[in-house]
Amino acid sequence: MSVPLEHDYIGLSSEAVPSMEGSERSSSGGLNLNLKATELRLGLPGSESPERDNGVGVLKSLLVVSGAKRGFSDAIDGASGKWVLSGNGGSEAELGKGGNLFSPRGINGGGKGGGCECNNQNTGLGSPVLKDGVVPPQSPKPLQEKKPQLSAPAAKAQVVGWPPIRSFRKNSMATHSPKNDDDAEGKSGSGCLYVKVSMDGAPYLRKVDLKTYGSYMDLSSALEKMFSCFTIGQCSSHGVPSRDGLNESRLMDLLSGSEYVLTYEDKDGDWMLVGDVPWEMFTDSCKRLRIMKSSEAIGLAPRAMEKCKNRN
Amino acid sequence: MMNYFPDEVLEHVFDFVTSHRDRNAVSLVCKLWYRVERFSRQRVFIGNCYAISPERLIDRFPGVKALTLKGKPHFADFNLVPQDWGGYVQPWIEALARSRIGLEELRLKRMVVSDESLDVLSRSFTNFKSLVLVSCEGFTTDGLEAIAANCRFLRELDLQENEIEEKKNLWLGCFPDSCTSLVSLNFACLKEINLVALERLVARNPNLKSLKLNRAVPLEALQRILMRAPQLVDLGTGSFVLDRDSDDSETYRKLRGTILKCRSIRNLSGFLEVAPRCLPAIYPICLNLTYLNLSYAAGIHGSELIKLIRLCGKLQRLWILDYIGDKGLEIVASTCKDLQELRVFPSDPFGAGHAAVTETGLVAISSGCPKLNSLLYFCQQMTNAALIAVAKNCPNFIRFRLCILDPTKPDPVTMQPLDEGFGAIVQSSKRLRRLSLSGLLTDRVFLYIGMYAEQLEMLSIAFAGESDKGMLYVLNGCKKLRKLEIRDSPFGDMALLRDVGKYETMRSLWMSSCDVTLGGCKTLAKQMPRLNVEIINENDQMEFAHEDSQKVEKMYLYRTLVGPRKDAPEFVWTLV
Repeated sequence: MSVPLEHDYIGLSSEAVPSMEGSERSSSGGLNLNLKATELRLGLPGSESPERDNGVGVLKSLLVVSGAKRGFSDAIDGASGKWVLSGNGGSEAELGKGGNLFSPRGINGGGKGGGCECNNQNTGLGSPVLKDGVVPPQSPKPLQEKKPQLSAPAAKAQVVGWPPIRSFRKNSMATHSPKNDDDAEGKSGSGCLYVKVSMDGAPYLRKVDLKTYGSYMDLSSALEKMFSCFTIGQCSSHGVPSRDGLNESRLMDLLSGSEYVLTYEDKDGDWMLVGDVPWEMFTDSCKRLRIMKSSEAIGLAPRAMEKCKNRN
Repeated sequence: MMNYFPDEVLEHVFDFVTSHRDRNAVSLVCKLWYRVERFSRQRVFIGNCYAISPERLIDRFPGVKALTLKGKPHFADFNLVPQDWGGYVQPWIEALARSRIGLEELRLKRMVVSDESLDVLSRSFTNFKSLVLVSCEGFTTDGLEAIAANCRFLRELDLQENEIEEKKNLWLGCFPDSCTSLVSLNFACLKEINLVALERLVARNPNLKSLKLNRAVPLEALQRILMRAPQLVDLGTGSFVLDRDSDDSETYRKLRGTILKCRSIRNLSGFLEVAPRCLPAIYPICLNLTYLNLSYAAGIHGSELIKLIRLCGKLQRLWILDYIGDKGLEIVASTCKDLQELRVFPSDPFGAGHAAVTETGLVAISSGCPKLNSLLYFCQQMTNAALIAVAKNCPNFIRFRLCILDPTKPDPVTMQPLDEGFGAIVQSSKRLRRLSLSGLLTDRVFLYIGMYAEQLEMLSIAFAGESDKGMLYVLNGCKKLRKLEIRDSPFGDMALLRDVGKYETMRSLWMSSCDVTLGGCKTLAKQMPRLNVEIINENDQMEFAHEDSQKVEKMYLYRTLVGPRKDAPEFVWTLV
């Protein structure tokens, strides 16, 4: 019987963390999962990581559920190269498409797939300890020589495809996990940070939740999607939009080119160019965003203009 | 005697036979009936797109108007099937277009759909009315533009949980002004939408009955939309949050007023983001709801969730997150006496800790809701005693899917496997058609399944069983088995090869991380030419030693009339 193998958690951050020893299901020594790997969790409060000291033969709770921390979700949102999968040798991460989350392959030695790939679901930290009970009478699969060469350990074992939840649902819950619900009663502000986004020339404004993005890249591409319909124009008369040269990066080009500049109003009421300060500082101080025509940006601080030119 | 009737009479009689299974049966009676049936069949269901070719479909059913196609195996939902495995709709659409079939409805599940396919679809069938895509991928909003722009009589565009690349935000604006025939629109799986185009579209489509918005539609816009569409029966809200600095009370008041006018809403879903204080606006709808889907509503929990549930006395189908907890399920049990279907999905474990559900909640539901016939339940643990109680309280299960988050967890009270519990379920629910197992299970549970689950059509097994005997019990006992999917269970060649003819009576068999070997699969393929036996070997192919004794990581076999498929990728080997 193939027992579910325990694998490392995929690196959630670029911090180097000690790799977790994947351990056999049966009694081969204690299970030394490094649960301190919970520092991978980017900021969701209230999650504990109880020390697992279960001794022998306990299959770690495979409580892999769809929720995940925001940092995780940011990377998914951006589908950017934020994820670090170091030392994976020949494995590739399956990105984005099809809703596949990263799953390092080639984990197992012995020339054939061990059948358990990690996917980057969150682990059930804080979930109840698996009862240290009956170990089913099966011989465990021999532990592969090649340990998963992932940079970051998992707090728990992961089994690909378990629990059986559709990728779409997993991704959806990961990206929009419940906010800190301490005081969620009625306050739209708790745990989310909606700011208005205006664009010069657009007939209406939008709102974005800055907390759902992890970087300027993410924000920028999200804004580009939101406002692309204004810059690119309507469908042609027989309904099919012309495709000459217009693509999704057009607004991006516009933003990073010279036509538009992304600015924000900070706590002091000043209009600043987006991008100067670290992301966290930006989200702390940003009150609203404005996609401004460059011609108007002349009124900004000279450094802003210079930055503008330098970005081209 | 029927032979003395002219064909038209036969045809008219057959018109009353609507289920495809019944029509299949009709077609087997005699050659005359076969002939009349095939020319009059309008709705065709193809459960495996590789079991038959489009040409043969068209040849047999030239009058087909509505087609359902399914592609990838079910376990593809859980990342067990690699990208590019297959399931392309393009050849189907091309063939239908070439043959000038009057296609009006297309429903696809787990298929790869390209923008080009959508473009060809939109331009080839003048009466095209309905497109439903479930768990599909491979297309972008460009494809949606083509559908919107070219399908003049479109009634239904239903996008369920697809992976769609969003390029420009224009497609909704591509519906021409003359498009007034929409009845159903679902774009909940998209991230963006053009709000202005949406409001205009809703305004000029008075027959709209089903509308599912995405998270880009804020509350203010929802209110305006509902004002224009009070006739809605089926509503999926988008974001249910108010802007912090907009005039909250005014918007809320307007919303309340508008919702009071929506007297027809029976199905409610969405709430992708929620400001709980706005929830009371929907209380008036709750009284008449028959279907409530809060499985994406991570923002509704605790007392707000309970308040909502208490109002839904007429609920027949409920989908929720396990935030509801056992206590919440008790309230469901006491409130929703007509409940037939319950799905409890797992949520973020970093919630309140007591968010998850256990056997207690399920037992409560079973005793309060005897009409329950369909269950999907993700839980922390389950006991035999609970399952036995559930079996006694609810003998009407058609679908029973239990997913214990730790897949090999025994009964925590007795530390026994859950064989007896599941045994009770299959014994008591004589009409059970679909079953998914989890928890610690030995061969015994399969003995029970083989003995009692006479109507079972689909069985999902994971991390269960002890020996080949388990699989044999099932193959031998479940005469109506159509789909069997097994992962991480100790079933090998002996079980696989015992009754090879069985697989031609089934749609498909999936086995991954089991003990079947390459040699076993080869033997099977040789003996059964009308099966495609696919070995999916996504790992380093060089390392796969091609030795017959080597265990096969993933095997998918299915009956087919058209031999090995020609579009298989490199990592899929079809054995012959």
